[in-house]
Amino acid sequence: MLRLCTLVLGALLCLPTLGHAQNVPAQRTDIAITNARLVTVSDGIVENGTLVIRADTIAALGADVDIPSGVNARYDAEGHAVYPGFIDSGTRLGLVEVSSLSETQDYSEIGSLTPHMDALTAVNPNSISIPVTRVDGVTTVITEPSGGQWPGQAALIDLLGYTPEQMHVDGVRYMVLNFPSTGRRGTSDTRSEDEIEEEAQEALDELNTLWEDATLYADIQANRNDDDTGHLPEYAPAYDALVPVVTGEQPIMLKVDKAADILDALEWAEEREILDQIVLSGVSEGWRVADAIADAEVPVLTGPVIALPTRASDRYDTAYANAGRLHDAGVTVALRSGESSNVRNLPFHAGFAAAYGMGTEAALEAITLTPARIFGVDDRLGSLEVGKQATLFVADGDPFEPATQITRLFINGYNVPLESRHTELYEEFLNRSPGLEK
Amino acid sequence: MRTVFLFLLSFGLVWTSTAQPGPDRLRADAPNSVLIQNATVHTVTNGTLDTADVLVQDGVIASVGTDLSAPSGVDTYDATGMHLMPGIIDAHSHIAISDVNEATRPVTAQVGVGDVLDPYDVRIYRALAGGVTTSHVMHGSANVIGGRNETIKHRYGMTHPNALRMEDAPRTIKFALGENPTRVHGESSDVVPRTRMGVESVIREALTEAQRYQALQDAYDAGDRSAPPPHSERLEMLADILSGDLIVHAHSYRADEILMLMNVLGDFGVDEITFQHVNEGFKVAPELAEFGAGASIFSDWWAYKFEVYYSTAYNAAVLTRNGVNTSINSDSPDLNRHLYHQAAKAQRYGELSDEETLALITINAAEQLGIDDRVGSIEEGKDADLALFSDHPLSIYAVPQRTYVDGTVRFDRNDDPDDMRLQVDPESVVEETVVWHDTGTRHGACMQQTGMHLHANETGVRLHN
Repeated sequence: MLRLCTLVLGALLCLPTLGHAQNVPAQRTDIAITNARLVTVSDGIVENGTLVIRADTIAALGADVDIPSGVNARYDAEGHAVYPGFIDSGTRLGLVEVSSLSETQDYSEIGSLTPHMDALTAVNPNSISIPVTRVDGVTTVITEPSGGQWPGQAALIDLLGYTPEQMHVDGVRYMVLNFPSTGRRGTSDTRSEDEIEEEAQEALDELNTLWEDATLYADIQANRNDDDTGHLPEYAPAYDALVPVVTGEQPIMLKVDKAADILDALEWAEEREILDQIVLSGVSEGWRVADAIADAEVPVLTGPVIALPTRASDRYDTAYANAGRLHDAGVTVALRSGESSNVRNLPFHAGFAAAYGMGTEAALEAITLTPARIFGVDDRLGSLEVGKQATLFVADGDPFEPATQITRLFINGYNVPLESRHTELYEEFLNRSPGLEK
Repeated sequence: MRTVFLFLLSFGLVWTSTAQPGPDRLRADAPNSVLIQNATVHTVTNGTLDTADVLVQDGVIASVGTDLSAPSGVDTYDATGMHLMPGIIDAHSHIAISDVNEATRPVTAQVGVGDVLDPYDVRIYRALAGGVTTSHVMHGSANVIGGRNETIKHRYGMTHPNALRMEDAPRTIKFALGENPTRVHGESSDVVPRTRMGVESVIREALTEAQRYQALQDAYDAGDRSAPPPHSERLEMLADILSGDLIVHAHSYRADEILMLMNVLGDFGVDEITFQHVNEGFKVAPELAEFGAGASIFSDWWAYKFEVYYSTAYNAAVLTRNGVNTSINSDSPDLNRHLYHQAAKAQRYGELSDEETLALITINAAEQLGIDDRVGSIEEGKDADLALFSDHPLSIYAVPQRTYVDGTVRFDRNDDPDDMRLQVDPESVVEETVVWHDTGTRHGACMQQTGMHLHANETGVRLHN
């Protein structure tokens, strides 16, 4: 809190907090962060560097930087490290508040065919989980709808803003497709092998029929004259939503985990000549078919890393090692936590991937520059570069290490207070008053 | 006949001396003596020793120091650059049992998970691969007073259920407060409790009944009655709670219900308890400390149900700073594989010292289970339950290398094969792939077999009937 006061120019905001923590609004102030270790991701590490933020942008950075006149605020990082904000490539953040309460679950609509559902619509900008996430340096996430074959569209959001549109990054939306699965949905899934196969085949037939229908629907739409009001096809919102997908304009987030399903999915996409339109998400058995994924040149959003193996016979650490093995095979890998209230653990998922074969550098890229490239927003996110969005944080050590403290956070140029329900309850209850006395 | 008798006698002697009956399919020939050299030794109770040695003889820590030499016949293991800590203790687990919840009545003290131990559960090995050597295997949380728990050692490879039991560990019993019992019994079956008021009344009634049962038993023992009361296994167990012979471990979340149970136990003269989960423990840390209650918590799980919406990951720090004996547990066959990492988050959220943090998963848990005379720290005379890491165990880059139980290597990262199952289903043609989708799937097993449980599928976590 006190450090924030040295930074923020508005004197009113510098009043010490009494009783319970107050919610200080995020402020945008031109500022120079000095004496910092700049972990750029794109261009190595600058020791003892300076990074200048003007408005929403990184205006300058390097070892020798002339701070432009007009930039009056300073933050002496005392040798701490500056990182680009971390990007989680698969969450449910903002779509659920209390996971067991159906009233707060907005990620799964009725029906298997709901591509017209838009996650952005249901993102709650005031979800308690959002500040809890960003104070650990995770600034940008994919938030996904789920359930059925076509659950809807996932969106890329920054974790600051009061409307979903304000949070939305560059209009990025992915159409989510749950590829027909021959895996089990958990230990309580007691279907027989035959039932599973049968259901998967039915789902695949359904998918293919739907694709043809949507293509036909798109053709009709494309060839219809605007004034031909007498021959409107019946309005089908699901087909409507799939038009940009079957015409190759919208990317598909294809969710698939089991090795055989991954191969089937790649074959399916190749037949339709849409390999360059898909990213794979989940991919927990990717290591079994890593070469095939690499050959297809399809990027992968994998995780959670800290997870159980998919098979009882698997080596205990297959989930930890999966990302590294995919990376070694030449696959473009970004990481996802698959979380909602604990997306803050993304850096730890990256840390486990790093420790189990991926290495720190590749794991860092997998939650910064790589997802930014996959989502086509590397002109503004994913690394510390002049001209990019000032979405970054300062940490007193390696942010993969649990003991490290995040000491400053900027999202889109806003200096965001490091407060959340978790810090507020800590402040209130560490030395509770009254204590035991009445 | 005589031969048979001798055979039985010798079998009995083996049983008493080692309490590890049955064949060991994995480590039958492995030694239980070793000299581990040149490790950074985190004793937990006596500081950290750089470049130190630990001598293990016959499954027991014989000495801790520098430049120790191996007695003849004892192998050495060069742990240069590695970190050695006490075997990790998970104070809340549901691995290694075939049943979890006797979810038929609000009070089922007569059952115990010790009757359904499953030594073939590969999750025991996976816990070992995270340095965990002891688990407090608990009954589920469907009932206000559930069944007895079992403290086990991870002697994976031994196939007799009795081989898992930790000999002489105090007996414990599961209580559960709040949403789970009120949902299972009140909401679903129209049986008290439907509220937290009802939960209190169920406990008071049960303990009062036990008091009366014991009074009749005492009167009979003193010759004041001609017959004992009709035998009730349930009341025998409840009476053991009153006498302090059966320790309560209570699934709980909210501050009010935590205070309630301390009041109730106080009224019945029970002064020992560990609260499990305790997400709102931070709110009543002074009261917990005053009572002397333990708190066994999650590092950062919250928001998976309403009673954990007002949580903080700083819980461990607030409890520890207020003098509450605190441990971090898993309640999960995933999290128990990285309790060292779960504990480490107490350094992100509250900046606990290394020693305080390691204590959360070792000596503090041992104290809560009443086994701190045997495990939980690296001290001479204690069981040689040890976990060896490539790096500082609280570092994200730490990779467990070896885990010893009673001095025997039961996990070895370099030597163990990938497939560590002890049995394979002969009817299973194709091996099943279970896909652990997304959020919540790694949540605990507390509500297994309630007929209504937290269930994860591709659409998320839901309650199922």
